[in-house]
Amino acid sequence: MRKAADRLLTVFAWTCGLGIVAVAAGIVVFLCLRGAHTLGPRLLFDDVPWWQAVSGQRPVFGGLWPAVVGTLCLTLGAAAVAIPLGVAAGVYLAEYGGRWTRSFSALVDLLAAVPSVVMGLFGFGLILFLRKTLLPEANTCLLLSIFCLALLVLPYPIRTTETALRALSPEMRLLGPSLGLSQWQSLWRIHLPAASRGILSGVILAVGRAAEDTAVILLTGVVANAGVPGGLTAHFEALPFTIYYLAAEHRTGDELDRAFGAAIVLLALTAALFVLATWIERGLHRRWRPQP
Amino acid sequence: MKPEAPARESNGRAASFPRLRVGLQTDRSDAWMRRATLAATVVAAAGVLLILAFLAAAVTPLLVSGEFFPLLGKPWRPFDEPGRYGIGPMVAGSLLLAALAMLLAFPASVGICCFAHGVAPRPLARVALAVVHWMTAVPTVIYGFVAVFLLVPLVRGALAAGTGFSVLSAALTLAVLIVPTVTLLIHVRLEQLGPDAALTCRALGMSPAQTLRHVLLVQARPGLVAGAVLGFCRAVGDTLVALMVAGNAAQLPTSPAGSVRTLAAHIALVVATDWQSPAFRSIAAAAALLFVLTAVLTAAVRRLQRPPTPRGCHAQGG
Repeated sequence: MRKAADRLLTVFAWTCGLGIVAVAAGIVVFLCLRGAHTLGPRLLFDDVPWWQAVSGQRPVFGGLWPAVVGTLCLTLGAAAVAIPLGVAAGVYLAEYGGRWTRSFSALVDLLAAVPSVVMGLFGFGLILFLRKTLLPEANTCLLLSIFCLALLVLPYPIRTTETALRALSPEMRLLGPSLGLSQWQSLWRIHLPAASRGILSGVILAVGRAAEDTAVILLTGVVANAGVPGGLTAHFEALPFTIYYLAAEHRTGDELDRAFGAAIVLLALTAALFVLATWIERGLHRRWRPQP
Repeated sequence: MKPEAPARESNGRAASFPRLRVGLQTDRSDAWMRRATLAATVVAAAGVLLILAFLAAAVTPLLVSGEFFPLLGKPWRPFDEPGRYGIGPMVAGSLLLAALAMLLAFPASVGICCFAHGVAPRPLARVALAVVHWMTAVPTVIYGFVAVFLLVPLVRGALAAGTGFSVLSAALTLAVLIVPTVTLLIHVRLEQLGPDAALTCRALGMSPAQTLRHVLLVQARPGLVAGAVLGFCRAVGDTLVALMVAGNAAQLPTSPAGSVRTLAAHIALVVATDWQSPAFRSIAAAAALLFVLTAVLTAAVRRLQRPPTPRGCHAQGG
């Protein structure tokens, strides 16, 4: 009886372990089989020559270019807001702190628990509120999406910065004072550089999350045919939304092909960010491992 | 904040290095650095408070008029009878889908952890863990997309009923989505146990399966609980999979081939143009419920065990 249970567990573990690898491989293989032939300049720019598309002389209607630009704007915008803010807040929580540290920490936990669709609705509600009160002209737009995405990914840089700084060895902490550095100097010259890899991997995670999220932008201004965003107050397209939209609303085989192409592009993008983050983290462990 | 404040402050860090804090030189740039980082923290906190204020402002009128709780049980019939904006089917649908997904994902995650901790040879175990890690970085929309074109036709053929956009498809897809989260939470706990327990069992002549069954999985119970709860949060909070795969009919399904709508998908589907409209109030109630559910569950897990959260273990869905 016991033997049977153990054997059952072994068989079950093998099934699950190989099963999950098979599922992951299945996803990649399926996307590549159906979408690999779409990869190429045509996927991005359709029939428009690339220099004209990039310089904005001619709009691209049948390609992914506007969606790629939209995702790029969203990601860079959200990163530009969330990373300085998050790293600074992480530094405060780990290095300074005060009476309010616990409350701040609890709020960050709360923020990490906000589902992204709730964040999207928050952005949407914000616009409705602004229309009623200060700005009757306000509409959902790129700026709103960037704001909401930044808020969504904020816990990543805060937590990784805090963790990386707290993980520094006591020797590292004593190094600055022993050299007569002020607190700011030792933070800037010793602590932050020593923790930089941990911080960086958190930053990359945040960027990846901002690039993939769909629910937030769904409610805060993404549209199917906006073209390249004309400014911070314009509507925009984005890769994840394009995939979602075309999966439901494709009319021609061409559009379906484009959806598969977009899926491969997005998967490749997030996989590259993942590999980068892992690589940096590995290096971190190797570099700061205690010497035998 | 006075510039000399750091020297007098007592917090967690200062308590562990009391003499260090006293010995530090402070100058004017210290004070500025402190102020700047404090300002950043306050801005971040203000963002969170803004979200809370928004949810509170949206739900308070419902709570005051006593409509909130009846709303959670009523059906969604905005066209037949004016004012029927209940979210009952969505509440049930969300819980049903998340529970089904958890039922599938939890045993699978335990299985993968057993695979990675003793059952499989080390190289294979490392491959499986790397794949699971990578899966946390795969965009949710990709899971939904592949499900629409790969899983849904299969389910349609297998059930021979409906369109394939069903409870079953959505539960399977959600299960794949949350398996990495759950697995990593259990894995982290198992890693924390260290090699001692496994080595002792080895010395006693126990097989890997026996070790896992009688020692490791027993000791990793906090990790199992954290995985189950946070995985459930992730499944409840996820929007895209349900939106793309579950069919989105605002009613309770009668069979696995039936269509279902979750709270998150409901929020994404209903577009309200007026802050005061009953439709907006209804989706605000849905959002508040969703947030309270995930926040309470996450906080409960944190409080119970303070599990180290590996990447991707967020109660958020794309």
